[in-house]
Amino acid sequence: MALPNKPIGELPATLDPAIAELETDILIVGGGMAACGTAYEIKKWAPEGTKILLCDKAALERSGAVAQGLSAINTYLGENTADDYVRMIRNDLMGIVREDLIFDCGRHVDRSVYLFEEWGLPIWKTLEDGKTVDGAQGAAPLKTGAKPVRSGRWQIMINGESYKRIVAEAAKAALGSDNIIERCFIVKLVLDKNEPNRIAGAVGFSVRENKVYVIKTNAMVVACGGAVNVFRPRSTGEGMGRCWYPVWNAGSTYTLCQEVGAEMTMMENRFVPARFKDGYGPVGAWFLLFKAKATNTLGENYMATNAEMLKQYPPYGLAKVPASCLRNHLMLKEMREGRGPIYMDTPTAIKNLAANMTPKEFKHLIAEAWEDFLDMSVGQAGLWAGSNIEPEKVGSEIMPTEPYLLGSHSGCCGIWVAGPNEDWTPEAYKIPYKGKNYKGMTTVNGLFTAGDGTGASGHKFSSGSHAEGRMVAKSMSRFVKDNKDFKPTLKQAPKELADIVYKPVKTFMEHYQKTTATDINPNYIKPNGFQKRLMKITDEYGAGIATSYVTSKAMLTQAFHLLGMLREDSEKMAAGDLHELLRAWENYHRLGTVESHLRHILFREESRYPGFYYRSDFDLVDEKNWKCFVNSKFDPDKKEWSVFKKDYIQIIPD
Amino acid sequence: MPSYVDTAKCDGCKGGEKTACMYICPSDLMVLNVETMKAYNQEPDQCWECFSCVKICPQGAIGVRAYSDIVPLGGSVAPMMSSDSIMWTIEFRNKNILRFKFPIRTTAEGSINPKNDLKGKNLDDEKLTDEEVDNVTLKRPIAIVGK
Repeated sequence: MALPNKPIGELPATLDPAIAELETDILIVGGGMAACGTAYEIKKWAPEGTKILLCDKAALERSGAVAQGLSAINTYLGENTADDYVRMIRNDLMGIVREDLIFDCGRHVDRSVYLFEEWGLPIWKTLEDGKTVDGAQGAAPLKTGAKPVRSGRWQIMINGESYKRIVAEAAKAALGSDNIIERCFIVKLVLDKNEPNRIAGAVGFSVRENKVYVIKTNAMVVACGGAVNVFRPRSTGEGMGRCWYPVWNAGSTYTLCQEVGAEMTMMENRFVPARFKDGYGPVGAWFLLFKAKATNTLGENYMATNAEMLKQYPPYGLAKVPASCLRNHLMLKEMREGRGPIYMDTPTAIKNLAANMTPKEFKHLIAEAWEDFLDMSVGQAGLWAGSNIEPEKVGSEIMPTEPYLLGSHSGCCGIWVAGPNEDWTPEAYKIPYKGKNYKGMTTVNGLFTAGDGTGASGHKFSSGSHAEGRMVAKSMSRFVKDNKDFKPTLKQAPKELADIVYKPVKTFMEHYQKTTATDINPNYIKPNGFQKRLMKITDEYGAGIATSYVTSKAMLTQAFHLLGMLREDSEKMAAGDLHELLRAWENYHRLGTVESHLRHILFREESRYPGFYYRSDFDLVDEKNWKCFVNSKFDPDKKEWSVFKKDYIQIIPD
Repeated sequence: MPSYVDTAKCDGCKGGEKTACMYICPSDLMVLNVETMKAYNQEPDQCWECFSCVKICPQGAIGVRAYSDIVPLGGSVAPMMSSDSIMWTIEFRNKNILRFKFPIRTTAEGSINPKNDLKGKNLDDEKLTDEEVDNVTLKRPIAIVGK
């Protein structure tokens, strides 16, 4: 690039952004399933005249983890009990979960699924003669007792390409477009000046114009997803974007809340899904619906040949469906000992299913298999097309991915929140504020979370996150009614906050003319380089794929040494345009999330999730000393972290 | 694969304030070059291949070329949206072609009734509005440890 330099993006940033000061009663941060659940439910409960505002960094119609669509709803209880739902999750997450939150989700979740169907989401049905039909053939709705098509005990099949568009349409219609700001990225929360440990507002910026939003609020829910691209992924070129969970989930939920002192829980937990290699297409329907088997290169079913290994982890390995991490643990043994690649035997599965089918039924079966990808992971279909993989002819490789941090899928890291107001909720799971308990509230008064934000209660998935968002809507309504006289006063002045948000722009402007190429400048680091440096640290020392998910105290110590300098350099991130400013703040959020994750792994002196990560210095599941939550808390005044054990309380009997 | 824009087909959404692809991209990748009045993907390695831009483009100008570090050239996956269904055309590297059509919704776009007249009654219990309407009895655990 010849001088004069110019920022790369199409929307250059300027040094003096406009400052919009807004006041609301309830602020919804995020636009995914949980936030849309809150948006749908909240006006039905909030006191007359309550002001509500939703800020989404993208467009509601296609934001969040369901943007692309889904081929299944993974949580629909139907004929199952919420008690069994708790038992399944407790086993899958190796024994340490918030059973109150999970039971509460289980007893409400089907109501959100009923709404989705009423709004127009096509849900597959099983007819009385046992035949199955897709969701647009006029079968009776689930609410009237119709039977879904189950791909597993808890999962139902849908035609879900437009799942998010439908849910967003309902949310928008309920909340009103005037109360939604799209392309507004909230980057910091702000505490109250007068009342300690009380949320008072948030600050963010527009990704479309040079404008900073300073928002005062009485209550707030932060629900903006999990954390992706925090570990170096298996593909580091263009394929870096083809991560399993959405690439735009940057850990914002966790960093936003922990920085104002919200107590975090189980941040050591992670999810390492075993998926079709490189395309990260779903395997659930292949395993559960099409009854396919995964085999090593000798053709052996490693779940059978390695069954002895499961006995080392009672009771989690002995359940009918062993915990997800242990299934990875068995696969990794094959890979380590050279019996990979692991293949999903799709031809045999299709051959077996086709045995009693007419040609028309067979054609439908093949369409179902492809729809599984096309509804939620089109990139996998692109990979099969480009690689000439036709599943009825050749199998396809599966492999564990890089780690992901999330609280709504098969993982449970997140924020400690108040349980439901029920006599079966242990007192230790309640968070009293002025004598009252508000379900879903964090330990920061007035600050709520849902979906990926809620810790120790995984397996909510899309439907459970929506239902949880609705429950939090009611809870926040109660909160603002009880605290209607609260006048939020921000700890910092609007200009001071705007300067923090635009600091990467200032850094860029100050220095970019000093070298002939804007990306290489000794005075600053661009978000892209910052992210790569973060991923290299996590991968090499934080139990990433480089070490087959192994770490130790010594390796973590080195990680923290390097992360310490990365944190210092986060002050020198530079952004020349609004897209880069978005990336700068996303990567700042990724850093905070990673620090929490590794801090928790260091504290927990055992390997609670074999197959997801291993502490080489404590390679055991230590039920005696570590069957407890690990929680942590940042003191925003002293700038100090504390990490501590918290008792796990069993509510539902074995 | 990351999205790409066909030079011949993109009309920059006719000089509108924002292009459709720029409006929809969840990863903030699609931008308009105001000099050429054509859109492009500004950061291909942060593209999830979610196809949101492909599906929304009024000119059918956007396609996806699968990730260059993973996928051999020659295949393609292309959607065609209608109000109630989506048609997919998959072309393999070996030129085999598959076509599928799936439903996407059973109601007209914009027809959802958000029940804005519905107001919750008892703010102090844990029922959602529709559970109140249907007079649902909220479940309790069948048995509780230690009780």
